[in-house]
Amino acid sequence: MARSILLSGGADIDFMIHGVFKYKLFGQELWITTTHVCLLIVILIILGFAVAANIVMRRATEIPKGFQNVVELVVEKLDGMVGASMGKNARGFRNYIGTVFIFILISNFSGLLGLRPPTADYGVTLPLGVLTFILIHFNQFKYQKPKAIWRDMCSPLPPWLPIWFPINIISEIAVPISLSLRLFANVLSGTVMMALIYGLLQKFALIWPAALHVYFDLFSGAIQTYVFCMLTMTYVNNAIESGAE
Amino acid sequence: MEFNENFILGCSAIGAGLALIAGIGPGVGQGIAAGHAASAVGRNPGAKSDITTTMLLGQAVAETTGLYGLLIAFLLLFLKPLLP
Repeated sequence: MARSILLSGGADIDFMIHGVFKYKLFGQELWITTTHVCLLIVILIILGFAVAANIVMRRATEIPKGFQNVVELVVEKLDGMVGASMGKNARGFRNYIGTVFIFILISNFSGLLGLRPPTADYGVTLPLGVLTFILIHFNQFKYQKPKAIWRDMCSPLPPWLPIWFPINIISEIAVPISLSLRLFANVLSGTVMMALIYGLLQKFALIWPAALHVYFDLFSGAIQTYVFCMLTMTYVNNAIESGAE
Repeated sequence: MEFNENFILGCSAIGAGLALIAGIGPGVGQGIAAGHAASAVGRNPGAKSDITTTMLLGQAVAETTGLYGLLIAFLLLFLKPLLP
């Protein structure tokens, strides 16, 4: 359609997802989009970091120097974060939370490289939310008895009167949706804002957009990453702990 | 009844503007959180970093409702679900 964007000078504003090429699989038309390309770049960056860290840590010295400092700092901070909010249950979750944290953080920061951040696509954030959902309920069934879960699901009323059950089911389903929408909407709003500035103020956008990049990409991205991981840990910890009482 | 395409686009723009009224709520909420954090730092300056972290976490969660409004506005403006 000619009237593709509802703003003046809309031809220059571009923050949508574009298809790169399409292919057919089982009679279904599928697209490789810019999200996939950016995701691939992010994964390559993380892989490069991982390989470099592996090489450095293989000949680690007692007194760290150079890149070994950075690796130890990252691992220590992530371990400390998971340990502080999950306590004695932290043991099995350090790997998962650390991976998710680094992935979302690099994804959000990739806006600085001129990429469209992969987390500004709902198809990337919804699987992360669904993973959290699966983790919550797997741990709930692992650590609690079915009777306790049933009592929990009917919670304000006694267990023999499950009127509240459907409402509790809805509140459980709302968890992954709100988690993923929060991350998605935050990153998308930053992307749209930067696209509007670069598109509409083309002649004046010289150096000062760097300050906005610091806010929208670095600050907002880091905060949202932290919030996502904190909420995941809190929900999982609740699912484990309410069985221990 | 047939509507002109331009009429629908204009009404979508008005709807997007109305959806962003949702920004009032998070503004008030984040302001209250920041005010309480400031008074908490005044009472106990030693715990400044903990208070800041808690405040930012709470504010980021409170921001969500405003972002839902923003999402609706984006949907109306750029995906145009109301057009036939």
